[in-house]
Amino acid sequence: MPTIERVNDFVVKFANVNGSGSASANGLFAKAILRMGVPVAARNIFPSNIQGMPTWYEVRVVEAGWRGRRGGVELMVAMNPETWKSDLAEVEAGGYVFYDSTKALPRAPMRDDITLLGVPLTEICHEAYADVRQRQLFKNIMYVGALAAILGIERDVVDGLLAIQFRGKDKAPLLEANRNAFRLGFDHASEHLEPIGLRVMRRDGVGERIFIDGNAAAGLGAVYGGATVCAWYPITPSTSLPESFARQCRRFRTEPETGRHRFAFIQAEDELASIGMVVGAGWNGARAFTATSGPGISLMQEFIGLAYFAEIPAVLFDVQRGSPSTGMPTKTQQCDLLLAAYASHGDTKHVLLFPEDPTECFSMGAQAFDLADRLQTPIFVLLDLDIGMQEWLTDPFRWDDTRRMDRGKVMTHDDLESGKDFGRYLDVDGDGIPYRTWPGTHPKRGAFFTRGTSKDRYARYTEDGATYVDNMQRLLRKFETAKSYVPGPVVEPAAQPTRAGVIWYGSTGAPMAESLAQLEAQGVHLDRMRVRAFPFSDAVAEFVDAHEHVFVVEQNRDGQLRMLLINECSIDPQKLVSILHYDGNPLTARYLTAEIAEKAALFNVTPLRPKGGSVRPQRGAAD
Amino acid sequence: MTYLAKPKLHHPDLPKNALGFTRRDYEGPVSTLCAGCGHDSISAAIIQAFWQLAIPPHRVAKLSGIGCSSKTPTYFLGQSHGFNSVHGRMPSVLTGANAANRDLIYLGVSGDGDSASIGLGQFAHSMRRGVNMVYIVENNGVYGLTKGQFSATADKGSKAKTGFVNEDEPIDLVLLALQLGATFVARSFSGDKEQLVPLIEAAVRHKGAAFIDVVSPCVTFNNHSGSTKSYDYVRAHNDAVNRLDVILKREPIAADYPPGSVQEVMLHDGGLIRLRKLHPEYDPTDRLGAINYLHQRHAAGEVVTGLLYAHPDAADLHDMQNTVTTPLNALSDAELVPGAAALAAFNAALR
Repeated sequence: MPTIERVNDFVVKFANVNGSGSASANGLFAKAILRMGVPVAARNIFPSNIQGMPTWYEVRVVEAGWRGRRGGVELMVAMNPETWKSDLAEVEAGGYVFYDSTKALPRAPMRDDITLLGVPLTEICHEAYADVRQRQLFKNIMYVGALAAILGIERDVVDGLLAIQFRGKDKAPLLEANRNAFRLGFDHASEHLEPIGLRVMRRDGVGERIFIDGNAAAGLGAVYGGATVCAWYPITPSTSLPESFARQCRRFRTEPETGRHRFAFIQAEDELASIGMVVGAGWNGARAFTATSGPGISLMQEFIGLAYFAEIPAVLFDVQRGSPSTGMPTKTQQCDLLLAAYASHGDTKHVLLFPEDPTECFSMGAQAFDLADRLQTPIFVLLDLDIGMQEWLTDPFRWDDTRRMDRGKVMTHDDLESGKDFGRYLDVDGDGIPYRTWPGTHPKRGAFFTRGTSKDRYARYTEDGATYVDNMQRLLRKFETAKSYVPGPVVEPAAQPTRAGVIWYGSTGAPMAESLAQLEAQGVHLDRMRVRAFPFSDAVAEFVDAHEHVFVVEQNRDGQLRMLLINECSIDPQKLVSILHYDGNPLTARYLTAEIAEKAALFNVTPLRPKGGSVRPQRGAAD
Repeated sequence: MTYLAKPKLHHPDLPKNALGFTRRDYEGPVSTLCAGCGHDSISAAIIQAFWQLAIPPHRVAKLSGIGCSSKTPTYFLGQSHGFNSVHGRMPSVLTGANAANRDLIYLGVSGDGDSASIGLGQFAHSMRRGVNMVYIVENNGVYGLTKGQFSATADKGSKAKTGFVNEDEPIDLVLLALQLGATFVARSFSGDKEQLVPLIEAAVRHKGAAFIDVVSPCVTFNNHSGSTKSYDYVRAHNDAVNRLDVILKREPIAADYPPGSVQEVMLHDGGLIRLRKLHPEYDPTDRLGAINYLHQRHAAGEVVTGLLYAHPDAADLHDMQNTVTTPLNALSDAELVPGAAALAAFNAALR
């Protein structure tokens, strides 16, 4: 039987029972490989449940550095008898299955094209530990030890990671116990199992990059963005974002002399109250945000419209997931694009940011607050579960200490005192953005009454039609202005001239990059554009114009990005070809390549002969 | 309503408060509500209270939801920032505004539809959180702007102008506020300015969630016989438990009070509320007693008014959040942004 032989290029999948404490052991495994300088792409595939249901963790060991899920498994760590059968079936021919050999194997047809690797984990644990919970927890560390032995993961690396995890005197006994469990697994496997065809070999492929999830990154981004009020309501998969904000605030925003907080963190009674508090705080001059998912955005619709018409800065992080209600809360999708772009009643359009990884979750998470103040409107940052809740290997976060918060057009006491004309909805600069005042600024000037749409340029109540239209047209001018502030698309030409292009946003970028390389190897060349924000800059329409066909890749059923492009850029729908994936699992390069190659064949996407006249996009980002 | 604009010139001899402002400086544009609306009397009481307290108008933020009552903030405190938000959601907007700047005075104005029906949840949670505010419900038992439907505070058995009888149990916001932890709870009547003005003054000076339910007859849709929110009904069934004076500094009790008839409540800022008891047994520092009394009198068809409960040393939202004394909206880059060095350390821990 031929076995798979691979170095630094294989997938290990852990099949566990949730609530069994496997997550930290599996994370330790991934980090150990990173510390050996070999990139990994990890995905947690988890149920909507706290304890007892199946859960999986995939570690793709990938020296080439691809960040998406690949599909397929070379080594299954089968720790859940309930899913044994399907887990076994998922392993590639010639692959390996690691299991606890204390008890007899579950009754299931055995495959003859895989290698079984049994370690009596339960037995070793029973001998070593008396406590039931300890037996469970240390079993996890023990299998990490055994895997380290058979895959060639360096023992010292794991020891070092454990030392960091259990730092401090009070944790010394825990450190020793964990090291011991690791050693028991490692020694047993070294003694009883042969090294297998899958190897981790030390490289220098990780560099400066860090391993973090997008929600933690965005929460820190909000700290750096100067947010002081966070109002939120728990909802998967966004909850860890505000929790990250609070954790980092307690660390960075606690006044040293008094122990008091330079932030407010309010868990609201529902999403309506969350966004209401954000609107109130934004109106009153604080930088405020909420974090939620699609169902929360649905509930916030009325307030989002009010904030749009009353021109109140607000930031909303939407960590997208399968919806509605209990549908697929722990599965990823990009299904809220239209919901966010046109949120609320009346004529509304909103500014959206599309981070592609945790690094951009941090940078856009901070930038969103400048945009909200500058444009005086709600700003949506659209993450999804794949970015938000998965740890990614990503570029380190950077900050320029000379940077200052852009509070936008705010009239101060001195401005008002000097007699400057103040009209809350007066377009002084021709960019559609009016000046505002914060409550309490000046004893005699600058006060105004905030309402929805019934107002004139000086915020006086009116129901006059022409005045309404005047204000609505100004809001359109402001939206046009937004194009010059939001991040522009990132464009990159194919290796060879081509008439076809591809557009995507957000987490799709990870498998997309890999897929483009695969397609190129097959002779399918695509110019590429990653959109980073809505409203779309003019470069987006120009990109589509320059191609005969453009694939629009996204993770929802209806092709929402495609619809938005057609609608907002007046594009011929025939030119935009949807590539969709929406089963809730992280998108894979295998899937994308197959889909695009099939459709590309229909459109005859072959390289252009190098003759003059074809439009070549320029590499780089338009800002 | 009237179409006559208010005169801009003021009489030079109008009395001035400690800031040198006349009562007119606390007014807004002319009301557009129906002539005789109870809400206009409440606006007048608010103007009177803020003028008497000599509060700089621009240091007040007035917020409301949607409805007749929520229109009223336009008609008082014209030098204050105002916010006419969405139906039933004033409490969350006010909570956020308060979080942003703890130094302003927050006045929330709402109605019975706004607070007891669509906004009951937000009403409840703003009380729980101890938001430092004055929350006034102008309670007429009906929806005025949509022409006379009953609201959730309408008493069971009360009759609409069209003859329709309300069969649903009423929600008493005062009882809810007491149960939910509001630390200043009162009820008054728009037709009783002498009672209402000092209640508003005391509520403004109270630290924490101060709630005043003001029965305010709707002259157009709910002021007929068969209504329990009409001028006639409330005048006939008003069970006032006390009258109060708000005293800025501790002063000796004047000799003309009969012994045992006065109770004093210290305010957080050192001021004093002096209650002239109308019911010798009623104790407004006893939350449970207040709840029992309200239930008893409601069963008897009475409308209990006065200062019903006060807890002067209450903690507010900012105490619970442990926020710095500087308003959050005034913190600088240096106070908020950890900087590049901290970020480098953060990165290093993730490798």
